[in-house]
Amino acid sequence: MSVPILKVRDLGVTFRTGDRTTIASTEVNFELAAGEVLAVVGESGSGKSVSALALTRLLPPSPSCEINGSIKLNGRELVGLTEGQLSKVRGREIAYIFQEPGTSLNPVYTIGFQIGEAIELHRPEISDRRAAVLAALRDVHIDDPARVADSYPHELSGGMQQRAMIAMALACDPKILVADEPTTALDVTIQQEIMDLLARLRRERGMSIILITHNFGIVANFADHVQVMRKGRIVEHGPTAQVMGDPQHEYTKGLIACIPRLGQRRHRLTTLKDELKVS
Amino acid sequence: MNSPAQPLLEVRDLSVHYPGRTTWLFRKGAPKKAVDQISFTVPRGKTVGVVGESGSGKSTTGKAIIKLAPLTSGLILYKGQDIGGLPNHAFKLWRKKIQMIFQDPYNSLNPRADILGILSEPLEIHFPELSEADRKDRCAELLAGVQLSPDFLTRYPHEFSGGQRQRIGIARALAVQPELIICDEPVSALDVSVQAEVVNLLQDLQAKLGLTYLFIGHDLAVIEHVSDHILVMSQGQIVEQGSPAEILGSPREAYTRRLLAAVPKF
Repeated sequence: MSVPILKVRDLGVTFRTGDRTTIASTEVNFELAAGEVLAVVGESGSGKSVSALALTRLLPPSPSCEINGSIKLNGRELVGLTEGQLSKVRGREIAYIFQEPGTSLNPVYTIGFQIGEAIELHRPEISDRRAAVLAALRDVHIDDPARVADSYPHELSGGMQQRAMIAMALACDPKILVADEPTTALDVTIQQEIMDLLARLRRERGMSIILITHNFGIVANFADHVQVMRKGRIVEHGPTAQVMGDPQHEYTKGLIACIPRLGQRRHRLTTLKDELKVS
Repeated sequence: MNSPAQPLLEVRDLSVHYPGRTTWLFRKGAPKKAVDQISFTVPRGKTVGVVGESGSGKSTTGKAIIKLAPLTSGLILYKGQDIGGLPNHAFKLWRKKIQMIFQDPYNSLNPRADILGILSEPLEIHFPELSEADRKDRCAELLAGVQLSPDFLTRYPHEFSGGQRQRIGIARALAVQPELIICDEPVSALDVSVQAEVVNLLQDLQAKLGLTYLFIGHDLAVIEHVSDHILVMSQGQIVEQGSPAEILGSPREAYTRRLLAAVPKF
């Protein structure tokens, strides 16, 4: 494996509300190589999104949220950077796309305006912003970029909105794309298109992707490595084929067992409770 | 009148069309055919699954059956009687027979009502003869039926996880002792582990109470698992229907094959 561009050591995220402390994630360790796809799977509340958001501190400020450990991007430590320094990392080096494109886009501005805003902020050297916006939309396989650029989010379908989000994230040519459940709200056919698109963009640009999902089908077809999270910790980590084919941890086995699979009809679905004796 | 061969629900030529957008004063665009002339039957005690992409009309079909979407034409025969054209006040009786479970357990429960209030409401409407104490007992039984503690009656929806809320939604549907439940993507918003629990619960309840389900979803594997018969919908029409083995094993329509091919395999 090539040199990792991202090294995360003992990352922990703790929330404080009043006198209550919640440890959202702890002892998270992983490395990400250039062009690698790392899938993070786990149930809601397992800490998978929080860990990814912590990379660029897209979380409430201290003291209500504390981030510990070390996050090294190309050798540069991100933990402890000021808000101003971090805002140059966000979008430019680590970009995000989220589950619901409909709520991530601003409803009162056109798609073109919103992508242009991202370009203006992160790549002020570009003079012809309109051309850059259209190029970004063309990059995500939108055939009529001018029409989409002039559309408001509600005028586009969910799949088209997600493409626009990806175009916005990629307009700044990030090194790492964090895709947080990018297809959960989409139909299977659209999901396939979006995943094909991400796979192609990764190939063409050598971009690394952190893919947060609970869909093992997508993991199996798309990720190089998988980490399984539960209650804020990584319980299993390894190459996709190994984790999926021969899971070691009881929890991973349980998660994989409870997914209904096409063409393998069973009388009853396995639940985690059947699989796990511990709670 | 209740011959065993008669399906619990029969839908004939159901259409739901929405008028086109009004442009300049009274000119109108073409009407949107959300559901266009579909026919199917739901046998008693069975599960009919409906799959399709967003906009295929699968949810509208479910809503039209319980008058949550306006019927343009067609017959909705419940035990042979047409309930499609009934005015709202006459339909109340049928709402006791036909209930619905919704996709989003976060938005389908009133956040300001406690669980007792949420479960009592249908009882107050459909069983006004019950005393307050009886109603409370019934609510506790309903919670037990979906494997939740009766202690939850005094809590509010925000205190529960998605899976627990969906169980509460199921308990609310069961409150009026329905025969047919329209399940509109009941597990789409849940984690896989919770999804398995809720699917198993629905199947247990079906076996125990003899319920009939119209199960709407977009996850083909879930639909295959729960259904006795599957309808594949696209653009307001049923493009193909048959047993799970037929639909998944030897799909005839290109659309069905495309849907199946899009599911990531592992």
